[in-house]
Amino acid sequence: MNMKLRVWRQSSPDAKGALKEYAATDVSPDMSFLEMLDELNERLMEQGEVAIAFDHDCREGICGSCGVMINGVAHGPMKGTATCQLHMRSFKDGDTIVIEPWRAAAFPVVKDLVVNRGAFDRIIQAGGYVSVATGAAKDANSIPVPKEDSDAAMDAAACIGCGACVAACPNGSASLFTAAKVSHLGLLPQGQPERYRRALKMVAQMDLESFGGCTLFGECMEACPKEISIDFISRMNRDFLVGAATAPMERGGGED
Amino acid sequence: MPLSLDSRMPAGPLADKWDKHRFDMKLVNPANKRKYTVLVVGSGLAGASAAASFSEMGYNVRCYCYQDSPRRAHSIAAQGGINAAKNYQNDGDSIQRLFYDTINGGDFRAREANVYRLAQISVRIIDQCVAQGVPFAREYGGLLANRSFGGAQVSRTFYARGQTGQQLLLGAYQALEKEIAKGGVTMYPRAEMLDLIVVNGRARGIVVRDETTGTIEPHLADAVVLATGGYGNVFYLSTNAKGCNTTAIWRSYKRGAAFANPCYTQIHPTCIPVAGEHQSKLTLMSESLRNDGRVWVPKRTDDIAKAPGSIAESDRDYFLERKYPSFGNLSPRDIASRAAKEVCDEGRGVGPGGRGVYLDFADAINRLGENKIRERYGNLFEMYERITDENPYRVPMRIYPAVHYTMGGLWVDYNLMSTIPGLHVAGEANFSDHGANRLGASALMQGLADGYFVLPNTIGDYLASNKLDPVPVDAPEVRAAVADVQARTNRLLSIKGKRTVASFHRELGKIMWEYCGMARDAAGLSKAIELIPRLREEFWAGVNVPGSGSDLNQTLEYAGRVADFLELGELMCRDALHRNESAGGHFRTEYQTPDGEALRNDDEFAYVAAWEYGGEGAAPILNREPLVFENIKLSQRSYK
Repeated sequence: MNMKLRVWRQSSPDAKGALKEYAATDVSPDMSFLEMLDELNERLMEQGEVAIAFDHDCREGICGSCGVMINGVAHGPMKGTATCQLHMRSFKDGDTIVIEPWRAAAFPVVKDLVVNRGAFDRIIQAGGYVSVATGAAKDANSIPVPKEDSDAAMDAAACIGCGACVAACPNGSASLFTAAKVSHLGLLPQGQPERYRRALKMVAQMDLESFGGCTLFGECMEACPKEISIDFISRMNRDFLVGAATAPMERGGGED
Repeated sequence: MPLSLDSRMPAGPLADKWDKHRFDMKLVNPANKRKYTVLVVGSGLAGASAAASFSEMGYNVRCYCYQDSPRRAHSIAAQGGINAAKNYQNDGDSIQRLFYDTINGGDFRAREANVYRLAQISVRIIDQCVAQGVPFAREYGGLLANRSFGGAQVSRTFYARGQTGQQLLLGAYQALEKEIAKGGVTMYPRAEMLDLIVVNGRARGIVVRDETTGTIEPHLADAVVLATGGYGNVFYLSTNAKGCNTTAIWRSYKRGAAFANPCYTQIHPTCIPVAGEHQSKLTLMSESLRNDGRVWVPKRTDDIAKAPGSIAESDRDYFLERKYPSFGNLSPRDIASRAAKEVCDEGRGVGPGGRGVYLDFADAINRLGENKIRERYGNLFEMYERITDENPYRVPMRIYPAVHYTMGGLWVDYNLMSTIPGLHVAGEANFSDHGANRLGASALMQGLADGYFVLPNTIGDYLASNKLDPVPVDAPEVRAAVADVQARTNRLLSIKGKRTVASFHRELGKIMWEYCGMARDAAGLSKAIELIPRLREEFWAGVNVPGSGSDLNQTLEYAGRVADFLELGELMCRDALHRNESAGGHFRTEYQTPDGEALRNDDEFAYVAAWEYGGEGAAPILNREPLVFENIKLSQRSYK
């Protein structure tokens, strides 16, 4: 197959970027999308050009490194699939494919298709954990967890932190990402002691970063490669409200 | 001068060694801990758990990863599970049995005391992870579920669907982020360690390149921990993440750390076969699939092109069940991989190029129903279908062995310290616990044992036992290390040759797979030892690295990693050539039993081969640490 690519090139965070046209030739339907980009980069470099920068690592859809807008859709046309697991058989000979980085105020472009997602780490720092120091745990089976709760927690915990939810959201909201962690821990007995304060602090951090507000469009869920449910956002909002009503501490503040 | 390979093994009975050692080790006073700085390179299971634990104890920690976030480390891709001797299933498991299975699975090439400690600690890892909120699979009664894994006859593997590594890593990552928020850990993402700084014979820092700005700077400390993973990408195609590399441990080797058993490579039996030349990496299908999938090929070569469903039961060869009736499809990885290679070499392989065997779930679906299979392996089946466009509920999967894990790594003593004082090595980056073959679900166990429970004890002993004067940033050793890295980076950029980095990497991979892969012999290894230095010369004369060193340049990062693989590959071949025996993942065709199993030579090779850098252009020096078995009787492994 042969395709026309229009790829976002931006040399540095402050530089002005633009879409540049390339031809992808002899594309095999069994290639992954990133392998198609690899081949293009090989040819660019053979001509002495600088390769297109894009984040990727495991190429198994689990590390969350990769992710680009493909024809305006986060991770491209295949539902529940990260960019690295998308294969060229999803496209037709002669197609034009527009490839851009995540577009969100909170994810500044580093170079070409690479963005800075450090805001996600800072949301986790705000409370996305159970405060248990190494060595303090009691026997694992002394905390029974109903299978339904454990399964629901796992559904939320499956988030790979790729940022597609933010890129897909018209408001650039990080609600699905944040809600997934709030719900994963809030559904388990181990997460109860910090449940409401965790929701308060993580939501506060999300607001401090340049993410937009959630208006429940649901685009995030459509784009999520792990198909994480938007129901978790309602759950987070509930925990946030309970937290705000019961905790005397300032929003985003607190001890520590 | 030969290296001192003192394993610092505590005296006393096996079961008491670790407890005794913990008592004998010196402690750092709580008020003094904040005066010490420890660098942790890598943020996978071993690195993240160590960094978080050190910070909880009060040390100043700096942690580095090449990815954009510590959560991306390749531990995240481990699918199947983590072993622990909990004996929750009441099926006869015990610390002793996990210890025995691991030593036996490793083909008697690991240290008894290290492995026993690993088995002891395994139970606490599960406790720790559950307390953190890791959503392990559970039974309806609310208690933890287990499954069985290769090389064991008990169910001791804990799992979180097919994403166990992800959930364990996120647990460690969250603990790390908690400590970053508290100020105990400073995180350096998109940062690559490019050299080790050794001052007065001690590891006192690292040289780091900031991948976004290109800045090259020294980071000084009291101790360094490398948790940088394995070097399977030396084969180009492997199940490792694209960024996995040997650079941190290789540069440390060149600064004096011994490299142990580099030839011990694990080839995992169940990976998706190669689809074409464009292939950039291989994808594992969890070993847990072998609990319910049956491995087979047609009995006759005439049948290989037929639709699998049309081949009668009597015309199928379930070769693992046939050859190893008591372990069957759950034979250890090295054995299952070789058996698959053998039937393909006989011309009975299926799929493109005849390099594949079937992994068939039809019986399990008939017995348990499709829903049960979906519940157990749904995400793996989906992944398989996304990659191959075939539905494994309807047609059997096609699988083939691929490079997955490296048992070799930097030599460490019982304290996980390398031959350079102050340089500690954890997880896959060290050589310690798996001998010549790692059992399934043991990598996660070892990474977390090292990071949560071993290093937090032993690092304090090192710091408390040694007087560590501050190293000035303009010390000659520091300046020299930084200058070396600068020069090397500039050199890579200035060659401006004709060939891409990937083309060299692919060529190296082909040499390694051909001559140092699943089966090796002296002639092939000798040939590789001639080919690799030639390729290395071509690389330094003809590689093309476009772009500059002062911004994000992924090609430059890649070039540095491939340059190191081009050196490591040769050492692996030398190690494989010198080891005139077969053991675990190291299979020398000259040394096999009449029925084709690995034939060890315990009289001559029951030792750890610890290679010492001999200098530019000089041969590496072999040092031997004898392996002493006091509690287990050495025997020919049998899974029949």
